[in-house]
Amino acid sequence: MALVLNEEQTMLRESARGFIGDNAPVAHLRKLRDDNDATGFSRALWKNFAEMGFSGLLVPDEFGGSGLGCVEAGVVMEEIGRNLMPSPFLATAVLAASALTRGGSAAQKSEHLPKIADGSLLAALAIDEGAKHRPLQTAMQAVRSGNGFKLSGAKAFVVDGHVADLLIVAARSAGQPGDDAGLTLFLVDPKTKGIALERTAMVDSHNAARIEFDNVEVDADSVLGELDQGGALLEGILNVGRGAVASEMVGVSEEVFGRTVTYLKERKQFGKLIGEFQALQHRAAHLYTEIEITRAAVLKALQTLDADFDHAAAAVAVAKARAGTTATLAVQEGVQMHGGMGMTDQFDIGFFMKRARVCQELFGDSNFHADQLARLKNY
Amino acid sequence: MPDLDQFRSETRAWLAANCPPEMRLPMQNDEDTYWGGRNAVFTSEPQRVWFERMRDKGWTVPDWPKEYGGGGLDGAEVKVLREEMAAIGARSPLSSFGIWMLGPALLKYGTEEQKQEYLPKIARGEIRWCQGYSEPNAGSDLASLQTRAISDGDDFLITGSKIWTSYANYADWIFCLVRTDSSAKKHDGISFILFDMTSPGVSTKPILLISGKSPFCETFFDGVRVPKSHVVGTVNRGWDVAKYLLQHERAMISGMGERGAARPLGQIAADSIGSDEQGRLEDPILRGQIASFEIDEAALACAAERAVDLAKAGQGHPAFSSAMKYYGTELNKRRHEILMSAGGIDALEWDSERSKQGARPRAWLRTKANSIEGGTSEVMLGIVAKRILDLPGA
Ligand SMILES: Cc1cc2nc3c(=O)[nH]c(=O)nc-3n(C[C@H](O)[C@H](O)[C@H](O)COP(=O)(O)OP(=O)(O)OC[C@H]3O[C@@H](n4cnc5c(N)ncnc54)[C@H](O)[C@@H]3O)c2cc1C
Repeated sequence: MALVLNEEQTMLRESARGFIGDNAPVAHLRKLRDDNDATGFSRALWKNFAEMGFSGLLVPDEFGGSGLGCVEAGVVMEEIGRNLMPSPFLATAVLAASALTRGGSAAQKSEHLPKIADGSLLAALAIDEGAKHRPLQTAMQAVRSGNGFKLSGAKAFVVDGHVADLLIVAARSAGQPGDDAGLTLFLVDPKTKGIALERTAMVDSHNAARIEFDNVEVDADSVLGELDQGGALLEGILNVGRGAVASEMVGVSEEVFGRTVTYLKERKQFGKLIGEFQALQHRAAHLYTEIEITRAAVLKALQTLDADFDHAAAAVAVAKARAGTTATLAVQEGVQMHGGMGMTDQFDIGFFMKRARVCQELFGDSNFHADQLARLKNY
Repeated sequence: MPDLDQFRSETRAWLAANCPPEMRLPMQNDEDTYWGGRNAVFTSEPQRVWFERMRDKGWTVPDWPKEYGGGGLDGAEVKVLREEMAAIGARSPLSSFGIWMLGPALLKYGTEEQKQEYLPKIARGEIRWCQGYSEPNAGSDLASLQTRAISDGDDFLITGSKIWTSYANYADWIFCLVRTDSSAKKHDGISFILFDMTSPGVSTKPILLISGKSPFCETFFDGVRVPKSHVVGTVNRGWDVAKYLLQHERAMISGMGERGAARPLGQIAADSIGSDEQGRLEDPILRGQIASFEIDEAALACAAERAVDLAKAGQGHPAFSSAMKYYGTELNKRRHEILMSAGGIDALEWDSERSKQGARPRAWLRTKANSIEGGTSEVMLGIVAKRILDLPGA
């Protein structure tokens, strides 16, 4: 497979770029932030987004979606990253859609997937419990009770958890935190008795939730995938999410970089355009190189997820780690090269810095993925 | 697609049957590289066999047209061949400036006669070439070169000196930049010319490197007579040829780290340093450095693959090879710093059987030239800034 977008993917990119650029430029996020909006995104816009077919991108045809792959999801994520559009796309259309498609029973699929495709259902993945992403450290308990389970524990940083109609929750049905085996995924209605949910507004003006589960009763048929064997399913879904977030970071990096290069060609000091200074030229050229290399690694990971899902872990680790360090560099250089202007709230660049920081943490930072790669390579 | 699958299985079978086991081991030192040429000697029987079999298939230059000694493969097939060779760790059968640099320039700028004359000889490893670009006062500022070619009937008489000419003392022929018009602007009076290193008036003097080897030379020309038909491209327009060739040279240098990288660095390090009970490299900070290095290396390989695919799709940028050259060479230096760290005091041994004559430290020292030869990292960044990012200022 050629490591470039094909014609259909390029068309998808153009349509996503046009739609998001017109309807949700950075000003859209700024307004939601300034209004202290409780939802944190525009439901009306999400409806239009769904009508464009974006929410059903990863949903198979028979459930009303377009049955496309991770490359296509990445294409949309990149445009989201360029515009910092707050949207349930990642949590619902990418993570939940792949979780249900890969792990769902026939009944679960036909109940939820069509609603994801038409944009009427919002879902969220509840994994992390501590300050850092450590899926194997899941401690939340799923204790057998009658015909089902009782869930107890707490989740942090549940992206879009504050608006979700459906939670996908990782819990320990066996074993100890740190064990490979013993994880199970559950589909949980957030209105179930025993759930306490607190919205957490994040530094990037996006929303997540902290969720406590106090003996929350769920049926046996709420299990997604196999009992005790949810680890592999979860890892697969997370890899899709990591690839998607890496794409978002490519979008963030590119946009910041583009704005920065434009500024280098406009701003004058010492009677020269600052872009004439070799010290800045070389840093810009270095950053360009980092971004191009990262873009290739991310596309590779997405293509590998589509072509050889079970062997994509190393490519995904490379992509997410690179995307994290590249986006960090891009936003730092972006602010620095804009000088004092870059530090002002009135200017957009800081929004990119904040989003890059969140994306870096989401589903494992660069160090986490370096460790993953070392493990995969046995050292 | 099924055709390509068939090509893959045939290629795999052919390589399995034809690549000697010795030619699948990582290269240890310079002698493991075969450069061809009039005076070439094989250092081992497997090296000879492997070279001859690949040559006879046209696979020393798989992407060149068959009529010029190539394999006539298309881009996708070449990729498959490279993948299958990498999968068994097959060494390159022939290393050659002719293949990496001159060949592509001849394919683009050469006359039909020149192509017929030189390309098959390059493909078959019959002429070993060297590159006469740099001069004592024309390094990064290459276009300020002063070696003169004076017109004399059908010939040029060439006088001047070159420096850093890699392997000039082993080369049969040189591709050389000379000034054919000293009154023109810097870039407009240069020609690109080919001649035999045994021509009267050519002499070389080796220069010793910090690695203890002397792969390059000062090269002197004293009235060397060269027919004008040996000019590639138009007289005085040699800068175009030179630049095109440099793109290929840079792409080649950027890929250098891939050679012989059969085992993950982390495992090489674990062999000498050891692992903890959980199988993690005993030195956690080095482990982290290695892992982030391997991430960057894997990503660079993706970018190299993508660059080829982009070029094929007509979306490539000609200056992108400068970005790759810059990154690839800095990365290769990092690889060798890590190897030295992993080896500890064992990697410091210089002249001994055990250390294969100091293969590791010599290789480490040699990599420091990667970010200098073919244009320095600073020059590469300057090219990216101006040609790709379009930043102002000359
Ligand atoms: C191992 C090796 C093999 C080589 N093989 C060949 C060969 O086969 N044939 C051949 O012709 N040449 C060869 N070269 C020469 C090589 O191309 C030159 O060394 C190189 O182009 C740099 O030129 P220089 O050595 O004159 O350094 P200089 O140009 O003097 O550079 C010195 C320093 O100044 C910096 N610098 C210069 N200009 C700028 C600028 N505009 N902006 C910022 N920094 C700048 C450089 O980056 C460098 O750090 C080889 C070199 C090496 C090391």
